[in-house]
Amino acid sequence: MTWLAVYHIDVSGVDPQSGSFEELAMPLFDPLYNFAHWLTRNRDEAEDLVQETYFKALRGFSSFQLGTNFRAWMYRILRNTFLTSCAGLKATATLPLGDPEEEEGPELAVEFVTPETILIDRSNSDLIEREINELPVHFREVLLLCEVEEMSYQEIAETLSVPIGTVMSRLSRARKRLRDGLRQRMTEGSRAEQTPVKNGMNYGL
Amino acid sequence: MVCELWKTRLDTYLDGELPSEEMRDFDSHVHSCPTCGADALARVQMKRSIQGFGKRFTASPEFRKRILRRIEAKPRRVAFGIAWMTASAVIAVLVVVGLASTYRLRDRTRSEQVFSEVADLHVGMLASSAPVDVISTDRHTVKPWFQGKIPFAFDLPELQNSEFSLLGGRMTYLAQTPGAHLVYEVRKHRISVLVFQEGSLRTRLDENAPAKELSFNVETWSHGGLRYFVIGDASAIDVHNLADLLKRAAA
Repeated sequence: MTWLAVYHIDVSGVDPQSGSFEELAMPLFDPLYNFAHWLTRNRDEAEDLVQETYFKALRGFSSFQLGTNFRAWMYRILRNTFLTSCAGLKATATLPLGDPEEEEGPELAVEFVTPETILIDRSNSDLIEREINELPVHFREVLLLCEVEEMSYQEIAETLSVPIGTVMSRLSRARKRLRDGLRQRMTEGSRAEQTPVKNGMNYGL
Repeated sequence: MVCELWKTRLDTYLDGELPSEEMRDFDSHVHSCPTCGADALARVQMKRSIQGFGKRFTASPEFRKRILRRIEAKPRRVAFGIAWMTASAVIAVLVVVGLASTYRLRDRTRSEQVFSEVADLHVGMLASSAPVDVISTDRHTVKPWFQGKIPFAFDLPELQNSEFSLLGGRMTYLAQTPGAHLVYEVRKHRISVLVFQEGSLRTRLDENAPAKELSFNVETWSHGGLRYFVIGDASAIDVHNLADLLKRAAA
């Protein structure tokens, strides 16, 4: 058993060899909705996005090639629909300047208190949600597909229509940004705790 | 290998994406190096946390029912069972007889679907409050804007001394593949030029078939592995002239 085997869960795509569209597509309903909500950050828009995805997929089901990855196909439709929507165009229009594939500096050395340790506390779910939401959409989607949907690099590459190298590069940058963001919030949090009480009164901040 | 080099591949290792030999090397290193072991553990915790927090949005039962109602009436893809095996000889004869016409029909249906989607993209652009994402009449501004956004390059024509003007461009998708959507104007008529990779459309298009789609004039051709569409409510001659300019620029 490898070191990884203690937590690794194998998730394979849906078998598209038989069955109706409903049988293939409905097991993906919850994860697709979750992914749509992360992309749009809004319940109504997520519902619109999922609805449009299912209609487009249903319309194009006859052209779906048996033997190819149905899950990646569905996610690709959802993602492309999002990118051409108003919300998607707005999200991609706020990409940071500079080459998105350019590598950033190396990771900092391991610290005693790391961004990871803050996550052990479940009460910090708002913090992690905020940090994921602040990631540019190209980083957010690759991180969610890898960590939440547990897709392989190959499957993510198929979903996003990019080479595997781009998947790895974006994933690395997404994780680094997430860690840096959490690290910054931790620093700000500890500074706030150290702020002296003003005029002998604690304002509860 | 020093730890800094291990660290650069630590996430790939934790994603289970390294070749098996490297995975084994990594395993033994992580077991023997306290620093990398601690780093790996912290990152696994991060992965688990994101996985846990990441699955937080659930759709309402009403929404699920609504989607289900819309799709459940569709026909099944039937598995190839034993009963089919016995009937296969008869079916094969029918298939051979009908093969040529079936393929022609399927190609035509797909081809019509593509032209219909092209018309949708044009109408979508006309209806949009922000029809283009890069606003410029200069082809040397518009063309570079697509770099890194689409997986191919294309040439745009010089419009000096022509009645066409370039308004800008936007990214678009057709059959789940990315492409360029350019917007031109001639005498207040907007014309869309759409460029995609030919291979990714997976459809053989009849270039002479649709002179019109939803009363728009359409022209399409393939050059250098790219599929071009020109569509608009301008006259067929205008659409043809713009197509000619694009063909000359690409030649």
